[in-house]
Amino acid sequence: MSDTRKVTIKAFRFNAETDYLPYYKQYEMEVGKDELILDLLNRIKWEHDGSFSYRRSCRHGICGACAIKVNGKATLACKQNAIELLDLFNNELVFEPSSKKRVIKDMIIDKKDFWDKHAAVKPFVVADVEPHPEHESKQSIEEFNKFLDSDLCIQCGACHYSCPALEVNADYFGPAAFVAAYRFTVDTRDNAGKERLEMTAEPGQGVWDCVKCYECAEACPKEINPIEKITKLHNMQFEQGVAVSNVATRHAEGFVRSIRKHGFLDEADIVVYSEGYLGMYKHMKTAVKMMKAGKIHWNDALPWVDNVPKSKNLDEIQKLIEISMTNKL
Amino acid sequence: MMSKFKYALFTGCTAKQSTPELLSSTLAVAKKLGIEITILEEASCCGASHLQDFDEFLAHVLNARNICYAEKLGLTMITICNTCQLNSAMTKHALDTDPDLKARVNEKLAEVGLEYKGTSEIKHFLYTLIDEYGLENIKDKVEVPLSHLNIAPFYGCHNIRPSELHHTSNGGENPYNPTSLDQLINALEGHPVDYDHKNKCCGFHVELQANHTSEVLAGNAMVDAIDNNADIMVTPCPLCHLKMDTYQDDIGKVIGRDVELPVLHMPQMVALALGCTPKEIGLNFHVQKATHLTA
Repeated sequence: MSDTRKVTIKAFRFNAETDYLPYYKQYEMEVGKDELILDLLNRIKWEHDGSFSYRRSCRHGICGACAIKVNGKATLACKQNAIELLDLFNNELVFEPSSKKRVIKDMIIDKKDFWDKHAAVKPFVVADVEPHPEHESKQSIEEFNKFLDSDLCIQCGACHYSCPALEVNADYFGPAAFVAAYRFTVDTRDNAGKERLEMTAEPGQGVWDCVKCYECAEACPKEINPIEKITKLHNMQFEQGVAVSNVATRHAEGFVRSIRKHGFLDEADIVVYSEGYLGMYKHMKTAVKMMKAGKIHWNDALPWVDNVPKSKNLDEIQKLIEISMTNKL
Repeated sequence: MMSKFKYALFTGCTAKQSTPELLSSTLAVAKKLGIEITILEEASCCGASHLQDFDEFLAHVLNARNICYAEKLGLTMITICNTCQLNSAMTKHALDTDPDLKARVNEKLAEVGLEYKGTSEIKHFLYTLIDEYGLENIKDKVEVPLSHLNIAPFYGCHNIRPSELHHTSNGGENPYNPTSLDQLINALEGHPVDYDHKNKCCGFHVELQANHTSEVLAGNAMVDAIDNNADIMVTPCPLCHLKMDTYQDDIGKVIGRDVELPVLHMPQMVALALGCTPKEIGLNFHVQKATHLTA
């Protein structure tokens, strides 16, 4: 077996200043087992086309500049072995910028929206510090471990530009900003936690618009698992009394109400409880269609009618809720 | 004869309520293939990620209790909903890797006479069919080949991401290029539709609070399938099914295009090919009717 593999790379090409439409250009090369995606980007530029443009700087996974997408997979070019991706995608690689709609030239995008949102959550310790302190502001190992992994974020934007909620809703903070909000909110030296929790609780921009797709967890090259931090922000909003009653928070809390009563979720009740009776007008058309198909029944939402199946040993479930629940809305 | 294939079925809430066709077709497929299934009637809701947002510890306690009942039977717990799969597997992973959390959960479970041990695997029915029963064996049982159908596989997030979890406990798909449903469609002699959105999000989980986002995500996936000549879509997740089957009018309005596409549950598709009865397959429970499939 030879040490190299013949590879076809299709690279996204576009120059916002001169091109009317983007196009893909094909490059063929022999790829060795130790080559990184960054090496292939370099070789396109050095061996094929000097005008090919991409960002790169540190070459060891710290600066976050070289994040692109390879076959749709968010990839930090300087960290990713090329052969691994060839195995994953059957020997054909497609190089694209992290976000096609923000392209300036080839792999280079305008990350302004990312930086604006990152800055908006106050990604720094907010504290009154003496000009000439006598001691360091120390953290115990336990305190430090709370934010250790989220502190590894290199702001590469891989999660941000993999988030489908953000593609639809420009107000949404997105996973990277949430990781930063979490990181500084759990820092015991910081005083702006409540402000960040309020910001990230706001409908439209906050964590409640997360679609739970786990694209961010998959995308992060530093294995930070942003959606885990999003769940923690949700929890902290309840724990610290920041959560206000709205359709999203009632939807989360309403699960307890259903499970306590039936073991299962009462699908009709969760909608009525979350939306309120007045909010139900939005769902009437769908409800009628579901009724016609036999998916729901005309009397499901009546408080005195109980069509929901019950879990066996429901008393165990009720007892566990009683002794395990810690949060309140 | 005792079956080689025995599983404890965690039905989830949806199969017991708005998608009864999912439960009936699952049981019909199991019967046809000689798979023995015990329904975990004691199980409660998995929390669907929303209970987790409210109170993560409580969600772990309730999911651990569900798993306890599969452990008591000494069986693998199978799921027929991606979100049930993910949330149950996340609890299992958390408890199996964090002895302190496991102890705190077991302290609660002891109050109702249960103990979580970590002895049962958790797997989606799709992957027990493919990895354990085997595609070749399914092929042998096909009575009604689906050769007249272009079928768009829609994988659903919670069976493929986060891959780290699904690689240790579920199907082990490449989340950027999943193949299991395509293979299954091929085994049933249907034509899998190749389209970009097969591994994307349907938007179900923000249906109430971010309705516009939800409709756009579902719509993008559906028109991609339609534009690639799909006759039907098939999904292993009843939440994807509910989003895409019941909201087609609203989705169409938001994205400015007619969206009409029958969305089948994975076991319904298998049941069709195995020649199960229309009653078992339950296509009548769909909002967007797929009556032409069983003519």
